[in-house]
Amino acid sequence: MLVIKNLHAEINGKKILKGINLEIKAGEIHAIMGPNGSGKSTLSAVLAGKEDFTVTEGEIYYMGKDISDLNVEERANEGIFLSFQYPVEIPGVSMINFMKTAVNSQRKYKDLPPMSSAEFLKYMREMQDLVGLKSDLASRSVNVGFSGGEKKRNEIFQMAMLKPKLAILDETDSGLDIDALRIVANGVNKLKTPENSVIVITHYQRLLDFIVPDIVHVLYDGRIVKTAGKELALELEAKGYNWIKEEIDN
Amino acid sequence: MKKVLKKYINIYQDLSDDFAKNGNQKVFEYRNEALKKFKQNGIPDKNDENYKYTGIEKIFENDYEYFPDAKQSFVDINEYFKCEIGDMDTHVVLLSNGSYYEKNKPIEDLPEGVIICGLNEAMNKYPEIFDKYYNQHASEINDGFVSLNTMLANDGLFIFIPENTKLNKTIQLINLTHGFGNKSLFKRNLFIIEENSELSLIVCDHTLNNSNNFVVDVTESHIGKKSVFKYYALQNEPKKSSVINNHFITLEEYSKVNSLILSLHGGIIRNNIYAKLSGEYSHVKLYGLGLADNNQIFDNYTFIDHKVPNCKSNELYKNILDDSALTAFAGRIIVRPDAQKTEAFQTNNNISLTSGAKVRTKPQLEIYADDVKCSHGATIGQLDKDALFYLRSRGINAKEARLMLMFAFANDILLEIDVEPLRNRMSDLINSRLRGELPGCSHCLQGCHK
Repeated sequence: MLVIKNLHAEINGKKILKGINLEIKAGEIHAIMGPNGSGKSTLSAVLAGKEDFTVTEGEIYYMGKDISDLNVEERANEGIFLSFQYPVEIPGVSMINFMKTAVNSQRKYKDLPPMSSAEFLKYMREMQDLVGLKSDLASRSVNVGFSGGEKKRNEIFQMAMLKPKLAILDETDSGLDIDALRIVANGVNKLKTPENSVIVITHYQRLLDFIVPDIVHVLYDGRIVKTAGKELALELEAKGYNWIKEEIDN
Repeated sequence: MKKVLKKYINIYQDLSDDFAKNGNQKVFEYRNEALKKFKQNGIPDKNDENYKYTGIEKIFENDYEYFPDAKQSFVDINEYFKCEIGDMDTHVVLLSNGSYYEKNKPIEDLPEGVIICGLNEAMNKYPEIFDKYYNQHASEINDGFVSLNTMLANDGLFIFIPENTKLNKTIQLINLTHGFGNKSLFKRNLFIIEENSELSLIVCDHTLNNSNNFVVDVTESHIGKKSVFKYYALQNEPKKSSVINNHFITLEEYSKVNSLILSLHGGIIRNNIYAKLSGEYSHVKLYGLGLADNNQIFDNYTFIDHKVPNCKSNELYKNILDDSALTAFAGRIIVRPDAQKTEAFQTNNNISLTSGAKVRTKPQLEIYADDVKCSHGATIGQLDKDALFYLRSRGINAKEARLMLMFAFANDILLEIDVEPLRNRMSDLINSRLRGELPGCSHCLQGCHK
């Protein structure tokens, strides 16, 4: 699914990713943990193709293809989805218009005809139910006036609508109470198939109780410094990151 | 400018005998007063603080002919002309080169006492109503263009709605400019709504020729106690058009006015709105949306006069600029010493898509009362980069994402239109304008938008 080789990236001349190596197979769930400022959000933005970041070295292979030349929307259309840590508010753009345009853009990319309005409405309602968003969602402006929990559920709703092959959940748990966390995790689990993969970026073990990873990585200072099974998350929860920092810094 | 001034003075002197002989004497007096003012004030130019950015000099690089009576047309305009805001159930009234079109279909089943006719007809046929309102508000303002219009305008639309009357349909005024040669047109409209009545009006400007035209319009609207006036204007003019549009609105007690001007296309467009809140608890809302590209100039000036207590005014003007377009907004608000409990809010937001476009914005608040709520704000910015990334990250291509954001920016204004078919139609027009697919006039034989 995804192979990252020696990835270096920077923003405004500041080096953030300093040689990431990562391999994710179809059907796997990987968790990426790490202290603040380690480069977790940069990694997700770089994978999504955000132009503010410059890749200075290394390659990203997705579905066997080097995607460095693909722009943001092409990557999305190829099936990469980023759930934002801070979903953007867009006044004046309704959710239904946003999702209809997105779904039909992706269908067009795959040479499929656009969905009819009736078909689309039905589909949208089904996916809304999955994350428990109310029926007035369609007419609301994108993320405007949404509570923190609604914003995160809205991200998973969009993921449900677009059915990505690779979903990157960037701190989807931040700002969620335990009930909202359960709803969000449930949504992700229901969307999981043996063909698609998920990268869960988080500070805390909490989310991983609900979305159980196959592999846990620790990102520190722009590099993946430790990789293990899900038990690593528990160890981090208990001991914090300092022991890893010390291990590396020495 | 002196040459232009002289030219119009000469035109007036040639016509003044006719004006004296034919028609309303009061109007003739106003013409002569306006001539005096015109000679004193001249035509505003870039040295005039108030017209600094309008590009008046550019207008007079061309010469314009003036036809005082141009209503004749060889073909029946009703036959081949269809307005872009078609398929709406409205009463349509045509002005042909500034004159009430003689083949206007008569409007049937109007409530008793309602008058809809040409201004020229009204000034002679209904002087008892006409004289009470004509040139009352407009004459208070010193502006060379308004004087010029008062001197030379001889026709336009007249609407009178008596008290306790509501029309069952929206009136749609279509201003048609057509025929050969560069024209100067001076239209004059007078709308009178008596107590407890309602009028909803759509005004569409259309130019069917490929000439340079110079248009100076003056509209006076008098809104009686507890009455409601909704005014929607669609300006979709060719690049060669220069339009100076003046609207004088007087509001009496408890009256409400909504004015919305959508400037889709044009060469130079200047809109002046003078709203006088002269009755307590009256409320005026002014909206404007401009989509300017190439080297178009859209310039909006508003003057809201809070004369009495407990009135409200809201202004929201938005522009999207591309290429080397220029938009200007100047909003003057006066709160008179007596006008306590005034609420006056003004906003001007602009999005500039290129570094070559220019935005000028100037609030001008003069507050002489102490118990008021007033605010003003202006923004100039680009499209939100984070929002663009968000949309694109869902597979929407960059061009489409930009369009969505521009449309969203414009949408605020559209929400103020409560005639649904009109809102939908305007929304379509904005959409195709932003996509660069505006058909111009699908009815038009000249292809003047290209």
